[in-house]
Amino acid sequence: MRPEKAEEYLRRIRLAGDEAGRVVRLMEVCGTHTHAIGRGGLRAVLPATVELVSGPGCPVCVTSQRDVERMLLLARIPGVTVCTFGDMLRVPGVSSSLEKERARGADVRVVYSPLDALETARREPGQQVAFLAVGFETTAPGVAAVMLRARDERVGNFSAIVTHKLILPAMEAVLDGGSNIDGFLTPGHVSVIIGADAYEELAGRRGIPCVATGFEPIDVLEGIAMLLELIGQGRGGSFIQYRRAVKRKGNEKAWGAMMEAFRITDGEWRGIGVIPGSGLKLRDELSELDAEKRFNLPELEPVELRGCRCGEVLKGMIHPPECPLFGKVCTPASPVGPCMVSSEGSCAARYRYG
Amino acid sequence: MCLAVPARIIEASGNRGRMELEGNTREVDLSFIDNPQVGDWILVHAGFAIEKLDPAEAAETLRIFEEMRGGADASGEG
Repeated sequence: MRPEKAEEYLRRIRLAGDEAGRVVRLMEVCGTHTHAIGRGGLRAVLPATVELVSGPGCPVCVTSQRDVERMLLLARIPGVTVCTFGDMLRVPGVSSSLEKERARGADVRVVYSPLDALETARREPGQQVAFLAVGFETTAPGVAAVMLRARDERVGNFSAIVTHKLILPAMEAVLDGGSNIDGFLTPGHVSVIIGADAYEELAGRRGIPCVATGFEPIDVLEGIAMLLELIGQGRGGSFIQYRRAVKRKGNEKAWGAMMEAFRITDGEWRGIGVIPGSGLKLRDELSELDAEKRFNLPELEPVELRGCRCGEVLKGMIHPPECPLFGKVCTPASPVGPCMVSSEGSCAARYRYG
Repeated sequence: MCLAVPARIIEASGNRGRMELEGNTREVDLSFIDNPQVGDWILVHAGFAIEKLDPAEAAETLRIFEEMRGGADASGEG
């Protein structure tokens, strides 16, 4: 980090914090920010007037327990190869995880891209290949493009469980949940896709500043300085710190692919519950690619992990150390809840970096 | 999971291409960006280019990545 830049941002943060005369609560919505804040040791350099609260932007963490259980059921079906991003592997189910299923003989493979999952299906036509599609607007367009290609090229042995989520409705749910957030550091790469203008309606109506922020510690410091100054001026609205990547308008081609393959529906979030208009599912024209239908996966009752307070952590209601399991029964080596699994989970980041 | 990294296009043919990323080359899907050309800098997430970067912007991001790699691990997959 360039020390003179960091010092300038910290000076602005201290000044605006002093002028606020109270503790200002800022939510970093995105799990990649949570990780960057921990890695950069930012909590240690920020003044006591700034409180950073982790938000619901860790895809693995917010995947509902019901969806996790459905993924585990899918992995147990003989003849099915499950392709997943690595983050999902150790997410605990009630009695298992994808990693444990793999140890018991299930064919679970980690992929870097949904393209790799489709390629696996092409290469192994005798095998049913199912992709676990988790993630926000950054990830959903690529998955959408892959689903459209699978349909166009009639790759009959490919399917997916789609649990993609949209970030704006979740930010609204956080505000409704009484977490007293004064400003949002919004996810830089989601913002590349949806554009900074997408936050204007929410920011204006709720009178809250949103700053699309990059992922290096120096970016986060500048984003915090911008938010504190906007809060001091009483300005709601959508602003850009991550100017080298985020534009006012998003990536229309990516958004277009997403809307061609998926429809917006209600989404079920761990700890938050159902948020209207926050989920993506395959459109009817692509329903033959829906793994839940192809393999008749059952509708499960809602289920939660006992004692785990990940839900409250994700809503910004409590900090990780306030959970009685944190660091005692629940550690990265032996996680009880998903927020301790992913490197982007707020519990894992707090455990590792303090 | 929402990490995206800067890379340079070294081959482009329609929507398919190859990129140079941290000294390695691998395939990249170019269908979300306009008029991709060899030499262009792109921001890549999970095998897809999600934005073109102008060279100065890319250099800035790469410089930050280099600094970061100097003192820390490069965690954050996806």
